[in-house]
Amino acid sequence: MQSSKDFDLSRRTVLVGATASAAIAAAPAGAHAKQAGEPALSKFSLKVNGTAHQLELDLRTSLLDALREHLHLTGTKKGCDHGQCGACTVLVNGRRINSCLTLAVMHDGDEIKTIEGLGTPDRLHPMQAAFVKHDGYQCGYCTPGQICSAVAVLDEIKAGIPSHVTADLNAQPQLNATELRERMSGNICRCGAYSNIVDAITDVAGSQA
Amino acid sequence: MQSSDETTVYVAKPAVHDSAHKHVAGEARYVDDMAEPAGLLHLCFGLSSKPHATLDGIDLDAVRAAPGVVQVFTAADIPGDNDVGAMGLGDEPLLAADRVLYVGQPIFLVAATTRDAARRAAKLGRIRYGELPAILDIDAARAKRDLVCTPLTLRRGDPQRAIAQAPRKLASRMRVGGQEHFYLEGQVALALPGEDGDVLVHCSTQHPTEVQHVIARVLGQANHTATVELRRMGGGFGGKETQANGFAAAAGLVARLTGRPAKIRPDRDDDMVITGKRHDFDIGFQVGFDEQGQILGVEFDYAARAGFSADLSGPVTDRALFHCDNAYFYPHVEASSLPLRTHTQSNTAFRGFGGPQGMLGAERVIEEIAYALGLDPLEVRKRNLYGATERNVTPYHQTLRDDLLPGLIDELETRSDYQARRAAIRDFNARSKTIRRGIALTPVKFGISFTHTPYNQAGALLHVYRDGSVQLNHGGTEMGQGLHVKILQIVAETLQIDPAQIRLAPTSTGKIPNTSATAASSGADLNGMAARNAALAVRTRLAEFAAERSQVPPDSVTFEPGFIRVGGEAIPFAVVVEQAYQARVQLSATGFYRTPRIHWNRSEGKGDPFFYFAYGAAVSEAAVDLLTGENRILRTDILHDAGRSLNPAIDIGQIEGGFVQGMGWLTTEELVWDKQGRLRTHAPSTYKIPACSDRPRDFRVHLLDRPNREETIYRSKAVGEPPLMLAMSALHAISDAVASVADYKTCPRLDPPATPEAILNAIERIKP
Repeated sequence: MQSSKDFDLSRRTVLVGATASAAIAAAPAGAHAKQAGEPALSKFSLKVNGTAHQLELDLRTSLLDALREHLHLTGTKKGCDHGQCGACTVLVNGRRINSCLTLAVMHDGDEIKTIEGLGTPDRLHPMQAAFVKHDGYQCGYCTPGQICSAVAVLDEIKAGIPSHVTADLNAQPQLNATELRERMSGNICRCGAYSNIVDAITDVAGSQA
Repeated sequence: MQSSDETTVYVAKPAVHDSAHKHVAGEARYVDDMAEPAGLLHLCFGLSSKPHATLDGIDLDAVRAAPGVVQVFTAADIPGDNDVGAMGLGDEPLLAADRVLYVGQPIFLVAATTRDAARRAAKLGRIRYGELPAILDIDAARAKRDLVCTPLTLRRGDPQRAIAQAPRKLASRMRVGGQEHFYLEGQVALALPGEDGDVLVHCSTQHPTEVQHVIARVLGQANHTATVELRRMGGGFGGKETQANGFAAAAGLVARLTGRPAKIRPDRDDDMVITGKRHDFDIGFQVGFDEQGQILGVEFDYAARAGFSADLSGPVTDRALFHCDNAYFYPHVEASSLPLRTHTQSNTAFRGFGGPQGMLGAERVIEEIAYALGLDPLEVRKRNLYGATERNVTPYHQTLRDDLLPGLIDELETRSDYQARRAAIRDFNARSKTIRRGIALTPVKFGISFTHTPYNQAGALLHVYRDGSVQLNHGGTEMGQGLHVKILQIVAETLQIDPAQIRLAPTSTGKIPNTSATAASSGADLNGMAARNAALAVRTRLAEFAAERSQVPPDSVTFEPGFIRVGGEAIPFAVVVEQAYQARVQLSATGFYRTPRIHWNRSEGKGDPFFYFAYGAAVSEAAVDLLTGENRILRTDILHDAGRSLNPAIDIGQIEGGFVQGMGWLTTEELVWDKQGRLRTHAPSTYKIPACSDRPRDFRVHLLDRPNREETIYRSKAVGEPPLMLAMSALHAISDAVASVADYKTCPRLDPPATPEAILNAIERIKP
């Protein structure tokens, strides 16, 4: 990991190609070699909450760190940094993703929406408002991730994407508590506010139906 | 002071959390979200890879030479005491000096220009260890009998004789697993150097005052040189009562020695490997009882894995003994603790603070008796409950002054349809080969107060500005439990102003000194009273001023929402405030509170350590797959006593969350150390925390809604910890399902965590 020689084009292409299809061309093209020990940087663009940002970052920078440390969007939280707690969930091209488990450079040109882009305290997104109404948090640290996940869950169900508990894979998934509980299980709330979280999502789902 | 049926405008209402809109919009800021100051140094600890060894050589050349590294610190660089322990016993170094006592113990500290550089460099230390024999579990520690602090024995009556003379007796042991806090926001501290050696440290801690004292101790400076501040934590659960000390001291040390801001925010795996957890216990008991299942005498020993240092293991194991009775009267009892030193993380506070482990011993005794006599465990529980006027003295000689549990249990039994469901489950199990169901009702009685009596004090500071807006400081910390919104409600009620007019300032040792940890469920009880007293002081001055100005008696002045009524005239609050300012009335006040009546003599094991008790009970129904040990909690009914709840929405959230967290502890969360003393469950990939799908399918939570008989803040009761122990019903429901394989004739002795593996083992053990 110390030498830029590790980041030759072929290996990089394989890595990116194996994990995502979006940014194959941009990542290696932007990378340029530095002296041994120095990180390989790459220029790329992220469209976050409607605004395009030009970045030049270490190739290894996660999307989460790019958002928090370089774009100063700290609403997205780092819980475990291993893709196991869900606190860092954001929306990429409308789909939810653990932003700690994906490299920022892989998202050149992608549309990224974070909790800040969903709404503000004065103009809350319906899901945010429902979390307030149903007290869907306690300490608040998992909340941005829960809300981004919840928004995506309703879209996934609408799009007919089945889950582990969907009985009939060919039928339209039901919008019920069992589906919501299963689909929200990638977002840990250590305070255990799950009842209220499911109530909030159910509320929004009901008003959308 | 307050009548129990007082009508209120702002308290006892489901007010929304004060940070609600910021939480959902991502605008609530935690320490890691603060803008980083120029010149910031990022810190990372270099950790021990051996559980017990002398440090024969620390070669940090490669660390110093690594890109981005500015400075590297070892124990020799510490100007004051190398001790970050809660008790100040000198047994918990910030950086290990001559030996290491567990895998994960910090040995050196890297300061670098980026977090990434600091983390990479911290891996480059070359440590030469002289390995020593390591004590890695309770059994080995018990054989060695090395205690981290003085154990406690509680004794009342003559249990040995009572057991010897009892018609029935039995003896057994049980194991209780530990628990990782997994506060979603990890440990974090940001230190800013000031003038004259001062440091300001933003830190995620439940105990800013202790962090302040520890930083001062490590720097060899007076307490007044360190200020500790925090707005909120992303969860604490006891894991930030003492475990923030080392991280904050590290940041403070580097800021002081380099003159640059310094921040430490360990990676999650490091956090889990470095910090202490809930104590695992090994509990032994003998009990004598009669044919009706009434306990005549009982003896307990509670051995706990304390880890490498004392930390809070003394108070934690004390509280285990305080709850060895749970809700039951023991005519003769002896209970003793054994806080054992091991070469593992130093175990610490975790919601319930030993109480949950204590209660599990009591509930196992009940279960054993029930199976021995062929009775429903609920029947045995009821027969052993404390009485109202007799059979009401605890093992620590405190007389119970209320008896809410018999009525509460009856109400819950009816509300949950316990008897009919139990019959239906027996019927179901008789016909079901693979899936078995079980049901259990377990009570909770939890003592409220710090058992270290001096901690039962709190302070507040209230400023009224000339426009009528109010700033309130108190010594409590917000970790998601809703303390701040409760305090806002209390101050709004006292001054009769809209809570939106009140701004709660971040908790700071510079505003409120000598605070206690926000712990022991005491946050609202203590700080609520202190805040009310501060508001009352200003209110009294305003009333006296208004009365004098209008030439009416002071007691005729009343406060109504937004107004002060003086001699028939309703004057807006802000107007009276400005008039008072012009008349040079002091518009700022401190408030102080200390809990009355409590006392505790540890050497005698006697006293009234608790101001009052919080009660609750839960009925859980479980389904178990006999082939895999997989299990689900199908339904849970809870009836819980929060006194006259300050905020029913917040309190129900605490109850639901506490139950889920307790259920995780007792069913899925399993800590595993290998033979080299390494914690193998150091991330949520290997350590199973309850997710949304694990919550009981059908979850019904109700408040008892009965004012506290003691004069607490608006007659409320503490609610932070007690609900965690309601989850014992889930463990016992699974146990009931398992018992079906032996036709309910054998106690399953299902030790928590009841993982599928543990369940299968229990099934194999008891099946005919």
